[in-house]
Amino acid sequence: MKLTRRTLLAGSATLAAPAIARSQSEPIRIGEINSYTAVPAFTLPYRQGWQLAVEQVNATGGVLGRKLEVISRDDAGRPQDAVRIAGELVGEQKVDLLAGGFLSNVGLAISDFALQNKRLYVASEPLTDALVWEKGHRYCFRLRPSTYMQAAMLVGEAAKLKAKRWVSVAPNYEYGTSTVKWFKQLLAQQRPDVTFVDEQLPALGRIDAGATVAALAAAKPEAILNVTFGPDLTNFVRQGNTRGLFEGRSVVSVLTGEPEYLEPLGDETPTGWLVTGYPVDSVTDPANTAFIAAYKAKFNETPKMGSVVGHALISSIVAGLQKAGSTGTEALCDALPGASFDTPFGWAMWRAIDHQSTLGTYVGHTALKDGHGTMVDWRYVNGADALPSDDVVRKLRPA
Amino acid sequence: MDAFLIQLLTGLAGASSLFLVAAGLTVIFGVTRVVNFSHGSLFMLGAFIAWSVLTRLPREPGWHVAGVLIAALATAGIGALLEMGLLRRIYRAPELLQLLATFGVVLMVQDLALLIWGPNDLSLPRPPWLRGFVRIAEQQFPLYDLILIGIAPLMLVALWLLFTHTRWGTLVRAATQDRDMLAALGVDQRLLFTSVFALGAGLAGLGGALALPDGSANLQMDMSVITDAFVVVVVGGMGSLPGAYLAALLIALLQTFGIVLLPKATLVLMFVVMASVLVVRPHGLLGRAQVPTRGEAHAYALIRPATPALRTLGAAALALALAAPLLVGPFWLSVLTEALIAMLFAASLHAMMGPGGMISFGHAAWFGIGAYAAALAARGLAVPMPVGLLLGPLLAGVVALAFGWFVVRLSGIYLAMLTLAFAQIVWAVVFQSDITGGDNGVLGVWPDAWARDPRVFYLVALVLCVGGTLALRRVLFSPFGYALRAARDAPERAEAIGLFPTGLRMAAFCLAGTAAGLAGAVGAYSKGSVFPSTISIGRSVDALLMVLLGGVQTMAGPVVGALAYTGLYDVLIRATDLWRLVLGAAIVALVLAFPQGIAGAASRVVRDDAA
Amino acid sequence: MTVLEAIGLNKSFGGVHAVSDVSFSVDRGEMLAMIGPNGAGKSTCFNLVGGQLRPDAGRVRLAGQDITGQPPGLLARLGVARTFQIATVFASMTVRENVQVALQAHHRRSWRFWRAADTGFRQSSLSLLAKVDMDGQAGRAAGVLAYGDLKRLELAVALASNPRLLLMDEPTAGMAAEERTALMALVRRLAHGSGLAVLFTEHDMDVVFGLADRILVLNRGELIAVGGAAAIRADARVREVYLGSGATGGGY
Repeated sequence: MKLTRRTLLAGSATLAAPAIARSQSEPIRIGEINSYTAVPAFTLPYRQGWQLAVEQVNATGGVLGRKLEVISRDDAGRPQDAVRIAGELVGEQKVDLLAGGFLSNVGLAISDFALQNKRLYVASEPLTDALVWEKGHRYCFRLRPSTYMQAAMLVGEAAKLKAKRWVSVAPNYEYGTSTVKWFKQLLAQQRPDVTFVDEQLPALGRIDAGATVAALAAAKPEAILNVTFGPDLTNFVRQGNTRGLFEGRSVVSVLTGEPEYLEPLGDETPTGWLVTGYPVDSVTDPANTAFIAAYKAKFNETPKMGSVVGHALISSIVAGLQKAGSTGTEALCDALPGASFDTPFGWAMWRAIDHQSTLGTYVGHTALKDGHGTMVDWRYVNGADALPSDDVVRKLRPA
Repeated sequence: MDAFLIQLLTGLAGASSLFLVAAGLTVIFGVTRVVNFSHGSLFMLGAFIAWSVLTRLPREPGWHVAGVLIAALATAGIGALLEMGLLRRIYRAPELLQLLATFGVVLMVQDLALLIWGPNDLSLPRPPWLRGFVRIAEQQFPLYDLILIGIAPLMLVALWLLFTHTRWGTLVRAATQDRDMLAALGVDQRLLFTSVFALGAGLAGLGGALALPDGSANLQMDMSVITDAFVVVVVGGMGSLPGAYLAALLIALLQTFGIVLLPKATLVLMFVVMASVLVVRPHGLLGRAQVPTRGEAHAYALIRPATPALRTLGAAALALALAAPLLVGPFWLSVLTEALIAMLFAASLHAMMGPGGMISFGHAAWFGIGAYAAALAARGLAVPMPVGLLLGPLLAGVVALAFGWFVVRLSGIYLAMLTLAFAQIVWAVVFQSDITGGDNGVLGVWPDAWARDPRVFYLVALVLCVGGTLALRRVLFSPFGYALRAARDAPERAEAIGLFPTGLRMAAFCLAGTAAGLAGAVGAYSKGSVFPSTISIGRSVDALLMVLLGGVQTMAGPVVGALAYTGLYDVLIRATDLWRLVLGAAIVALVLAFPQGIAGAASRVVRDDAA
Repeated sequence: MTVLEAIGLNKSFGGVHAVSDVSFSVDRGEMLAMIGPNGAGKSTCFNLVGGQLRPDAGRVRLAGQDITGQPPGLLARLGVARTFQIATVFASMTVRENVQVALQAHHRRSWRFWRAADTGFRQSSLSLLAKVDMDGQAGRAAGVLAYGDLKRLELAVALASNPRLLLMDEPTAGMAAEERTALMALVRRLAHGSGLAVLFTEHDMDVVFGLADRILVLNRGELIAVGGAAAIRADARVREVYLGSGATGGGY
């Protein structure tokens, strides 16, 4: 490939030099599972992200002197299928480790399979806290900032708002309810005077936006917490805009700054929402710009949040392989805690205490630029700063 | 009061949207009796086409209307092609085969839309007039919602005029009441059906195009719309347009006011409405009992005990299955385990659907209840696996008995939709309850130590699933099985010889639930976890596909269908990114090649040889 | 001995009197034909006796026992069998199995879940089939029979419960002329031989006047005449109904 080599991965990937003896041997195989057909808007950019990373790693000689190979499977959004596919990847494809997952229950299913079969599973996207806390275990690691972290990243600024009467709208499943729960809890710690006067829970992908907006408006809130995303978000924003729901109200919105969810809002992107996301059009740091350039060169489109996660997933695994010096599951599980890696968002590491990575995300405000939604006043929040104290984590994670 | 007015208007707008979604489906069903599963796909195509057209047109209202109509016409054209290329060939095929065929289309359209329009949600930039609002009760109410409120009744009237005041409409209504008479009068039914299907598809496309300004064209639309459409159509009474509007009104208003009081109810409210309506009015609000098409009543194929050849084949397959642990590794054993579970699951559905004559769109409920019972017993009560495997079917059977009391009083699609409603209610309870772990499911349900070896567990699954399937088969050839079949073949005649069809159906329903519960319990231990998705509509559809693919009219059908479907699915999902396209095409091809199902076709060949 | 007794039956649908004050009885071994022009109330009357409809007023007695409004399933157990205007049999079974399943039902064996049904009542089903001359086709699928054979099979199925009363709604509808007489002659032999009481509606006047022991004539829901063939032929009101009103009785 003619791709530029000054990639963010250069540092870790060149360490591969010593393993000359095995350079002729089999590639290192990562078994990757994701909901490609069920959630294509997020997972297809994600796939391109890890494809780019794998290419970059292999272009610099691979890992431990071996090429990296990803065997990717679609779980069709069904946890039962994911378990069977995990079995196939481990049993038939002889992969060295498992990775991937978008839906929380798929992630938990693979995680449980990993525990039962003593295999490493690096979860890329599932946001549920249970993955590393309540149901966390030795063999499971999770990359993305969890629901708790997403809420914690936003709550600091949310607490500074004057608003006392809040309402929330979240998709009716774990991600939605759990994010609302954490946000309320964390906000209450800083602002005991805040009350939540309504809590809407539209079914995922089937929001009755008019009714939801009307119900929220009827509660006469001062601030709104939004957790919906994707098609639901578009419907919600359009009804909210036309009905003036957001006028004179503060809105705190999870994930909305991610390009995959911001783009469909187009020129109707509400301005001034406090969001987590990825300001892909305005980041200037070298890691990000190098990544964006490489991604654009390969795929002829700007990366999305999923692309970053896919890319970082490979880097985070490579870091573990380097540190372990082998592909053995136990060695990897010993090596990953504390291993650090470079991502498009900068340096991150795997926490030893709960196997959560410290990959963070950007917090900022939505704005309109040339008829497109964007993020302004953003700052990168390190994941490590959005996690509870170790004592709390120990209580949350029995294993 | 002000809030009430706004909610009321919002509810009316919601009703219009629902009616637009459902109108085409009820038109198609009313005339052709086709249960068009691809209705949601047509709706989605309408939205995507509208996006492609409207983003290229000027933004004035006139152009917008033109663009919407173009999208509707284009979808109508697709519908006509679908009817001529696929459905026309299988009108004479057994009931519900069209459902299987249209499901193949759903799968294909999902991948085709992804290929054509890409993965991103496509939203239509709204010109100012589409963002307009009027002030009502000091609040902003969208102008577009007001337009929608008007469109549905207008369309209702237009369709009513079309059906009552045109020659075409007269013919269509005649076809609805008596197809054969119409044929005898020399009316070209094919053209009539094609035009009806095109109209229905066009209405779906129109619905999609009209929904576009409120959101986006996206790849999840088809599935989110199809259940809504079916619920509205069934609650209204299949084939009744005013009924559909009434149902849309009822559901939308309950929804609008319901979410204020009970936000969590969004998952299930619609299905609770449907269940309540069907219990009170077995044919929906304005529906009438279906007049069976003449000739249909005697369409049941002769059921024969297995021929010696089939027995030998079965015995050989069983011997091979028993030897499998010596031949293949753990992964293939897990694939085989899955196929065995699917086989029992399909056989249980077949028992109520074939000999019982009761179609179920919610069979996953029993599978799921069995799975959850086993999983919760294993995790919560720490019972040994055999107890879990017993509790699963037991609980499924008991719940089936309770639901069955309502279900067996209905018939046809209404019965099927009531099972769907019950399944969705069970799903919503499981999804939102802390006891069942919500959508994070129950984890760590692994077999007892003695059965943890994949080979041992495989044999356990083999004994239970093959045993369960054979037991079902045996029951279907017992006096009870004959009585059940008698009640299906000719209910009046069955009563006249002293049978009580309701009781027989009830027992069959309970039996099917129990067997599915056993499949679910085995499934829970084989996967190590249970999630609400085991009760999802998709899972119910899987069972239906397996039975239909194998052939509902043969006893070997579910076995063949389960093996074929799981095999195809398993191979394809690992072989290609476009597995939905290939699987959908395979289903369509199989339907066209074997309208009686694979086993049905095979038995026909065997019998012809013998003759 | 009286097997069936209908006393003062009344039934109206939305204000229209379909049957008004109709009384009749059928004796053991008797063939009673019920005739009348279209809309005379024959079907309603039939369904009132057969349990498909419940009378607004009046009673139905079977061998002295009140069976008014009992469901068909229960009537079957009390010894009432019937055939339908459009012959209905169990299409997914063979000819023999059709009779077997009826025999099972009669002997209360239908709720057995395990032993194969195929083996039960083999001989008795064949002998029943022999009675209607269908034993030669015992192994054929019921769904593919010629219509005349279907009718005879239906008769065998009806006889499986060893009934006291057989209700036959338009038993010869859709059959060729010679088949009609043959079928009803068979029924007559069975009735006279075993003491079975038969109530049937019929359009074919050759069948009615040739084979019925007594004839009952309905017009506009009312009973206008009852008696033997000769008496009915001579009855002025019957002549008026059939001849004066333009012979709407199916054209015969």
